[in-house]
Amino acid sequence: MSTATYAGAVVEVDAEGFLADPAQWTEEMAHEIAAQNGLGELTDRHWQVINFMRDSYLKTGAAPSIRTLGKVSGVPIKELYQLFPKGPAKLAAKIAGIPKPRGCI
Amino acid sequence: MSDRIVILGGGTGGTLAANRLRRHYGETAEIVVVDRDDRHLYQPGLLFVPFGMTTPERIVRPRGKQLHDGINFRIAEVDRVTTAENTVYLSDGTALEYDVLVIASGASLLPGETEGLTGAGWGEKTHTFYTLAGATALAEALERFDGGRLVVNMVDMPIKCPVAPLEFSFLADWYFQRRGIRDRVEITYVTSMDGAFTKAVCNRVLSGMLDGKRVNVVTEFNTGEVDGVGGRLISYDEREIPFDLLVAIPLHGGAEYIGRSPGLGDDLNFVETDIHTLQAKAAPNVFAIGDATNLPSSKAGSVTHFEGETLVANIAHLLNGETLEGTYDGHANCFIESGFHKALLIDFSYELEPVPGRYPEPHVGPLPLLKESRLNHLGKLAFEPLYWHVLLPGHDMPGIGAQMSTRGKQLEAIGQGDRQ
Ligand SMILES: Cc1cc2nc3c(=O)[nH]c(=O)nc-3n(C[C@H](O)[C@H](O)[C@H](O)COP(=O)(O)OP(=O)(O)OC[C@H]3O[C@@H](n4cnc5c(N)ncnc54)[C@H](O)[C@@H]3O)c2cc1C
Repeated sequence: MSTATYAGAVVEVDAEGFLADPAQWTEEMAHEIAAQNGLGELTDRHWQVINFMRDSYLKTGAAPSIRTLGKVSGVPIKELYQLFPKGPAKLAAKIAGIPKPRGCI
Repeated sequence: MSDRIVILGGGTGGTLAANRLRRHYGETAEIVVVDRDDRHLYQPGLLFVPFGMTTPERIVRPRGKQLHDGINFRIAEVDRVTTAENTVYLSDGTALEYDVLVIASGASLLPGETEGLTGAGWGEKTHTFYTLAGATALAEALERFDGGRLVVNMVDMPIKCPVAPLEFSFLADWYFQRRGIRDRVEITYVTSMDGAFTKAVCNRVLSGMLDGKRVNVVTEFNTGEVDGVGGRLISYDEREIPFDLLVAIPLHGGAEYIGRSPGLGDDLNFVETDIHTLQAKAAPNVFAIGDATNLPSSKAGSVTHFEGETLVANIAHLLNGETLEGTYDGHANCFIESGFHKALLIDFSYELEPVPGRYPEPHVGPLPLLKESRLNHLGKLAFEPLYWHVLLPGHDMPGIGAQMSTRGKQLEAIGQGDRQ
């Protein structure tokens, strides 16, 4: 495990920069991680997704997939791609301070 | 009164569970298997149908014949389960009460969830080999195909047998070489994942093979729409991939009735299941096996087979009032057919990704892991008779334990030059 400094705090992250411990996350970190990944200001729609990701991770222990997000987060998949370009589930997980969605094998 | 165990689904998992339970309980438990039809399909055979390497008749047998005497087989459509009443409702209105329920209703294909996929062009320019009808139609389409862009698209995980789309790409390369028109065909493998395979060591090997066989790979492509007339795949972020022939592996979900059964499934209708005991989260006397579960393991026949032992042991524990055992470890093994009479073999679990080595015996093998060989191809072929005569009757595979073993595996391969 390596570490990174977000919003002045040192946190443990994996090789791709996902927080190891969701409890270390703060809202200020979300802004910083978003900016580092090329996102501008986080809107209410971004926060709807980020909060949904965190809630469902804390509840189920797994990050939701893009299909689940599209079905239940209230934000359609097409818009998810506009909010979090390229890999919405991955990017939103990173910003929400939860581990990388595992995808099955 | 004897206990009644009801099993929903008479495919791989339902059949092997019923046969194992019958051997365990004899006359002392009533075992009922429900399936909507009497045609048991050997699904791994679907890979070979499009290339004329097997025929539909050869891979289908009656379900009832695979079940031991004394098991009650009912042909009916399951409508819903109410765990609070220990009751299954069938579409014909029958209510079936159970002491223990086993959900073995597999995964369903949901091509309709991808816009345009089943619209104009379906069965002409756009195909799948994941159903018998689809694989049969694709065989004809491939025969007519004499050049152009062939696109194989894994729309999104989870899917049954995650290596099958790669195998299809390998076999397509071989098929067109045999026909002498490989130079006129461009093969592209399109996946929603960030690599050909999810795990690093195996991804490296398979990506190298795709490269060697001149199969283009497009990753992180999330198909939002298919234009089956114009021949275009369109992603949610508006990238486009043109095709002359599309072979799609559609989205999968659990059986629809799971969604009508309170508390049983997740948003994709897979049964929420304990990953080690196979008990459903919904109720203590409900278990799930095979593709129907939401386990983070592969959806494969080998997984279903290895789960069988834990499932039957835990049903017995439950009925005896004992604590359940958490013995299922995510063990999977898959042959990956690569064409030219060769195949690879991978053997892995929740904890350990596929690595090189020898299987099942260290050094001796005889099967090499994560490496192409003729012997592995013979292994893949041998899986078919073993499926009907060992796996479905509920016997163990000779020399192969239900739990994964690290013996003979090169664990040091993990982490070496991870990812490119
Ligand atoms: C193309 C392809 C290639 C594959 N290759 C391999 C391979 O090489 N090796 C390997 O190990 N695995 C392979 N698999 C995967 C393997 O076939 C499955 O993982 C395995 O069959 C799962 O068994 P199951 O019992 O969970 O589901 P199934 O065998 O699919 O059985 C589910 C049953 O439930 C019934 N059912 C569903 N809903 C209802 C309802 N409402 N009412 C009544 N009945 C219902 C269905 O009719 C079906 O018979 C492959 C699969 C495919 C599609």
